[in-house]
Amino acid sequence: MKTFTHTVTDELGIHARPAGHLVNMAKNFEDTIIIKKGDKEADAKKLLQVMSLGAKMGDTLVFEIDGENEDNTLLKVEEFVKENF
Amino acid sequence: MIIKGRGVSPEISFGKILFYDNTIKDIKRYSVDNPSEEIKRLHYGILMAKDDLDRLYEDALKEVGKINAEVFSIHKMMLCDEDYTEFVENIINTQRVNAEYALAVTSDNFSKTFLEMDDEYMRARASDIKDVSDRVIRILGGNKNNIASFEEPVIIIAHDLTPGETVQLDKTKVMGFITEAGSDNSHTAILARSMGIPAIVNAGKIDESINGQFAIIDGTKGECIVNPDEDTLSVYEDKKKKEEEKIHLLKLLSGKETVTKDGRKIKLYANIGSPAEVKGAVANDAEGIGLFRSEFLYLDKSDYPTEEEQFESYKEVLTKMGSKPVIIRTLDIGADKRIDYFDLPGEENPAMGYRAIRICLDRKELFKTQLRAIFRASGFGKVSIMFPMITSVEEVYNVKAIIREVKNELISDGIPFDDQVEIGIMIETPASAIISDILAKEVDFFSIGTNDLTQYTLACDRQNEKISSFVNPHHPAILRLIEMTVNNAHKENIWVGICGELAADLTMTEEFLRMGVDELSVSAPYILRLRGKIRSI
Repeated sequence: MKTFTHTVTDELGIHARPAGHLVNMAKNFEDTIIIKKGDKEADAKKLLQVMSLGAKMGDTLVFEIDGENEDNTLLKVEEFVKENF
Repeated sequence: MIIKGRGVSPEISFGKILFYDNTIKDIKRYSVDNPSEEIKRLHYGILMAKDDLDRLYEDALKEVGKINAEVFSIHKMMLCDEDYTEFVENIINTQRVNAEYALAVTSDNFSKTFLEMDDEYMRARASDIKDVSDRVIRILGGNKNNIASFEEPVIIIAHDLTPGETVQLDKTKVMGFITEAGSDNSHTAILARSMGIPAIVNAGKIDESINGQFAIIDGTKGECIVNPDEDTLSVYEDKKKKEEEKIHLLKLLSGKETVTKDGRKIKLYANIGSPAEVKGAVANDAEGIGLFRSEFLYLDKSDYPTEEEQFESYKEVLTKMGSKPVIIRTLDIGADKRIDYFDLPGEENPAMGYRAIRICLDRKELFKTQLRAIFRASGFGKVSIMFPMITSVEEVYNVKAIIREVKNELISDGIPFDDQVEIGIMIETPASAIISDILAKEVDFFSIGTNDLTQYTLACDRQNEKISSFVNPHHPAILRLIEMTVNNAHKENIWVGICGELAADLTMTEEFLRMGVDELSVSAPYILRLRGKIRSI
């Protein structure tokens, strides 16, 4: 399992639309991607779970990636997350 | 009767009130013999709902653009969410109940998660869950979600409108809407703003007896006036006309050059009285700030503003205006404007008394504090300084000597500043206009203050209503002084502008351009109208 952390810098946080983009991106990968915010966690491929995190600007998120291509997946997910949130 | 709520889309319109009942009533719970058949029925409903959402997305894309249309693709994703569908299936399987009921329970369950969140935006997402679930329930019940077509202009009142319903409204007939619930962030509010129709949300329970009555809806104030009297109606009709004119001007002239037909460029700037007014100046496409009155820093205070306080205000305005010029006018107060801590003695004739540059040259420390703050902020944008109430060239020498002192102090303190800051003066006394040939050799620009120039030239106190018929800013004496000032400025190759009220007088624009005025500075709401006028000359 690989992890990276990201602090949300987008003013609006990961609200509905960006959550949708994140989920669409995550669905491209076979590996499981879990997002943790404090004691809450969400499957990055499920919109309602991601939205339920209620991630706001300044929140620190931990991304856990598990699977056969985890190294490659991490690179791509991290790039997307840093660019968009 | 007036319905009050939160105005979330600042438009005005008129129409007949139409109550729209979109609540799904009495979802019956009944047992099913074959849950797997019921789950098939559920998936059929979800499939149809996804088709609907695709169509709504396409419609919205055309009407309100991609960002606002995306709500429908988000709704579609919600319907694809396995947690959601599994929850519904699970209820059908374990309780052996119909899909509609299972959907309603699921909807309540997921909405609750969002309603409990501490973020207002996320709380509003509960209505998305409900919208999505209701869409499937309606399809399963054979209940097509149809908004009736309307014969005449209407204002829709509903408990809450879903984004789907908002987009389906016939925009040629719907003049606005009011919801009893809803928030600033509901999609309805967002969509209304981009469609340009007024909307009021959170209006509370509304009495249905007003159905069919004529009303005015004001999305700025958040008010709907039912059965208005004629006076009120004409006030609003007038308001709407002005609004429409403003929007028309914005579309037509925003981003365009201020240039005459024969290609002469005129600088069109805004007058502001505080940093908060920059927003209006920018919204009306000002090319710079031609007069930033600094009095606000001193008024309504119990003591002199500090250098730091002033620095922050100047910096804010300069930063917001970016590379566009900002002309700050130094303190212009006098005995007629009472500022207690200045401790100014009462005067028989304050307009001709101890005021503006006279106070500044007399109370040098006060003046130096302001100049230091301006120079410290000078690196944050393109600033110029101008001095009010000049009557002699000696005053200009004195001002320049003080500026040198301030600059030297900044250098020895190691504080950076822009050494190229332009220095100008207001031409607002007959004396300064008459000696403008001498003054032009000493400064970088003139700005003509027509209000005071009129009062001093015509010997008419601006505050005295009894003589208001004598105050004629079109008086040939004023126009001659202006023309003389422009000619003298151009002889020394400096630019000259007008920042008084006369600058916004469209009947004078042609005359000013003929004289050769280089810049006009007016209140933000006049900018585009004036640009239109200049482009027609």
